[in-house]
Amino acid sequence: MSTTTTDLHAHGGHDSHGEHHNPFHQHHFATMEQQFDTAKIGMWTFLVTEVLMFGGLFVGFGLSQAKYPQEFVDAHHHLQRWAGSLNTVVLLFSSWTMVMAVHAAQTSQKARMKMFLWITLLCACVFMGVKYYEYSHKFEEGLLPGMFYHSQPTDTIPGSHGYATFFAFYFMMTGLHGIHILIGMGLILWLLKNADNFNSEWYTPVDLFGLYWHIVDMIWIYLFPLYYLIS
Amino acid sequence: MSHGHSEKHHHGGPVVYTATLIALLILTGITVGASYINFGSNSANIAIALTIASMKAILVSLFFMHLLWDKKVNAIIAATGFLFLGIFITFDLIDLNNRRDPTPRNVPVMATPTAVPESMNPQLTPAPKPYPKKVAPVEGEAEKE
Repeated sequence: MSTTTTDLHAHGGHDSHGEHHNPFHQHHFATMEQQFDTAKIGMWTFLVTEVLMFGGLFVGFGLSQAKYPQEFVDAHHHLQRWAGSLNTVVLLFSSWTMVMAVHAAQTSQKARMKMFLWITLLCACVFMGVKYYEYSHKFEEGLLPGMFYHSQPTDTIPGSHGYATFFAFYFMMTGLHGIHILIGMGLILWLLKNADNFNSEWYTPVDLFGLYWHIVDMIWIYLFPLYYLIS
Repeated sequence: MSHGHSEKHHHGGPVVYTATLIALLILTGITVGASYINFGSNSANIAIALTIASMKAILVSLFFMHLLWDKKVNAIIAATGFLFLGIFITFDLIDLNNRRDPTPRNVPVMATPTAVPESMNPQLTPAPKPYPKKVAPVEGEAEKE
């Protein structure tokens, strides 16, 4: 951690005016504020690509649902509503703890920030635990994507491609979302490891990873009703 | 940056965030409750669910993601993303609602082709075997080894 600080020290923060230097001020930015705004615009651009990536999957899901309405309703009954609802509440709560952590970083409350980051990480673990339970249940039942799908006695149109399609989208979208959660957990761990560096002067990583966490939450906000509540 | 910066990013705060969380949880309750009610058609239910989801997404982006207080450029970038997603979805819906059988008009109407291939016809296909919960070794495979 200390090496990171010295490293950044060597690269920036030393303008010729000799005024207040922040070790995290990189030399190619005029001010800390400009540096922060630049990073934020970059993050938002990345978030747009995330929205568009998931958007393509949502459109595919919608078109398949229009093609196989009955099969999608049948297949959706295999998802446990309580698990989806629990995960929604957990993720919304973790978004709140994340924004509280960002606020604590903005006000230089290090212990508070760490506490909220740990709670966020815990929520992510609960989310992934419920996901693990759901996935293993589906593996046991043979509710698998594409060619791996096993016909169920509840299928009202046996042999239709609709069921395999539903579970292909289900595993693709919740899986991709789950991978995002895992990446987010890694980012939170990184924030906790470097927690001492963040204060009201420089908290860019906390803010940006917070934005990432909220977009992952936002994607789940759409996944939840479309997968668990359609009947 | 040393002056005025800290106040600049301090709109919102714990009270606003907590109120946002409560609103989000209430909307989650509403969306779960609404899914038990039949609003006439499947698409009406989906439309209502998506409207509530969008309200939640707006709350998250305005308050949790600070778009309400941020430099407007970030909101413009976000809005552009959703605008293009909207164009994508709109044209797909137009396509979905206007698909017609592309048989040329001057060709006599033929008998409707079988929608389901023979291999998938439920009458011809044997009843599905139950999925094995525990994988038992198949006899033939053991001999091969």
